[in-house]
Amino acid sequence: MSTETSTLDRIVSPAQRELWYRSYRRFAAQPMSIAGAVIVGGVVAIAVLAPVIAPYPEHVGSYTDFANAFSPPSLAHPLGTDSAGRDILTRVIFGYRLSLMLAATVLGIGVPVGVLLGLVAGYTGGWVDAAIMRVTDTFLALPPLVLALAIASVFEPTIEIAIFAVASLWWTWYARLTRGLAASQRSEQYVQAAELAGAGRVHIMLREILPNCLSPLLVKVTLDAGIVILTGASLSFIGLGVQPPRPGLGTMVASGTSFLPQQWWVSIFPGFAIFVLVLGFNMLGDGLRDMFDVEVEQ
Amino acid sequence: MGISLLGLSVLVFAISRVLPGNPARMALGARASEEQVAELAAEMGLNQPLPVQYVDYMSGLLVGDLGQSLQTRNPVLEDLLFKLPATLELITMATLFMVGIGVPLGVVAARNRGGVFDNATRVFAFSAVSVPSFFIAIVFQVAFGYYLDWFPITGRLSLEYSEAVSRYTGFMLVDTLLEGSITAHVDAWSHLVLPALALSFGGMGQVIRITRSSMVDVEGKDFIEASRGYGIAGWLVAYKYSLKNAFIPTLTIIGLLYAWLLGGAFIVEIVFGWPGLAKYGVQSVLTTDVNALVGVTMVIGLMFVVTNFIVDLILDWIDPRIQLAGDTA
Repeated sequence: MSTETSTLDRIVSPAQRELWYRSYRRFAAQPMSIAGAVIVGGVVAIAVLAPVIAPYPEHVGSYTDFANAFSPPSLAHPLGTDSAGRDILTRVIFGYRLSLMLAATVLGIGVPVGVLLGLVAGYTGGWVDAAIMRVTDTFLALPPLVLALAIASVFEPTIEIAIFAVASLWWTWYARLTRGLAASQRSEQYVQAAELAGAGRVHIMLREILPNCLSPLLVKVTLDAGIVILTGASLSFIGLGVQPPRPGLGTMVASGTSFLPQQWWVSIFPGFAIFVLVLGFNMLGDGLRDMFDVEVEQ
Repeated sequence: MGISLLGLSVLVFAISRVLPGNPARMALGARASEEQVAELAAEMGLNQPLPVQYVDYMSGLLVGDLGQSLQTRNPVLEDLLFKLPATLELITMATLFMVGIGVPLGVVAARNRGGVFDNATRVFAFSAVSVPSFFIAIVFQVAFGYYLDWFPITGRLSLEYSEAVSRYTGFMLVDTLLEGSITAHVDAWSHLVLPALALSFGGMGQVIRITRSSMVDVEGKDFIEASRGYGIAGWLVAYKYSLKNAFIPTLTIIGLLYAWLLGGAFIVEIVFGWPGLAKYGVQSVLTTDVNALVGVTMVIGLMFVVTNFIVDLILDWIDPRIQLAGDTA
């Protein structure tokens, strides 16, 4: 028993564990944070297991069954069927897949790029800082949806282009956030100590400063996942994102608008599905913000 | 501010000239012959070196020449000025909803911290931020437009008035008054309510939350305690002393949101058939009308920069301790 504890102590100090426990208590004190974690976890599980749990996996593509078109919600089709007779629940489940892939790709590209630029700008300062931040400010001067529209418009409208378009401007937020964090860390004693010890610039940026910026970044990523999903859905809704017959959630809402209000379920359920997922990310991100006690502009 | 605008012009230029394959090809469509494309490219100056093209484009921009829209065949600037009032009317109204509903909700929530109302507002604010604007727009249309039939579903004015009201300013609320028709004026309002409300939702959630948290911050300050100690009524302290100080972060957010609403307007205008700038922008995207798209992007960027500058000025006026941050706008 005692040897086990000491092994654990060697890996994670009791003080560290105490800190984690307190953070967790702060997180768990808000029912909405827990709800957010459950929603995000649930949707990720649904998306991963989509081929297994979707009731009609064959309805994902250009399948048609006009005899069953516009069935209202029933036991066989809990969310009804669309104009081609496809099960909407199945398509929503696969739509979640596309939405999460979009968020993962955009943030997977945008966060590392932005963080690196921000670290360089914040730690180096001077004209490098000024140059990087001018470019960043310029990108920030346009609503992401408009820029994404402009970029998406000059190519064929596909989800890949939409992802590229959104990713190509998402790094700016991380550049700005990381730059602020890095600049505030630059004069901290541990950085000066590392400099005196002869550590290289890359080491200081990546191994000293970056670990101290992680909590605000994590909060920002969680909150951003919701915004990226909203932006992607909006692009799809306009017709510049996921193309039919692929089951993009925004695409499904758009295709259902011509059948409102009689066949309301075609639009309303996919729209509600987006809302639930984004709400989950926002509540989770807010909980994490309380937990790490950091300020992040949204 | 100047540098931001210069950067913006380079960015928009890059989007229109460097990224795509060939604007002339896009303008003429896939079926045009190579000769036709080459001819138009020469006419548009596309065979010049890029720096020369940029100088041409900038000198056009400075005198307000944004080229011709390939879709409407009008000068882009003319189109933009024609469409802009409808969009400005929409986003201004949305901003008023955002502030008029969001700030009071945030203040009351802060004063009932931890209570039922506070929690309900919190849930509402979260939902408002998370809901896709096209979804809430559709829900409003179906609920308030179709089932309850309180408001019209599309357009800016009912057919029976649209003939009678001529265009003076392009702002329908103003034009109907100038025309002297109260019924048309009311009609214009009823067309404006749903789209503006749908557009305001996301921002409203942010305004509620930031107002609440800055009120909570300010309530703990000494000068608030002191004014309570003097026996000044609680509501008076809240509205006269706390809110004035708590409003500073809120105002910063509102300035950002006003320009962001232009992005949201892209969606809401489509759903409500609102004949504004955003709808023009989306059409220019779908028809690859490069000149029009550059114009729309430029106008939006310009509004963003200018709005932030104005907000800085107002902040300076409210709180002289804030230093005007030179060219950060």
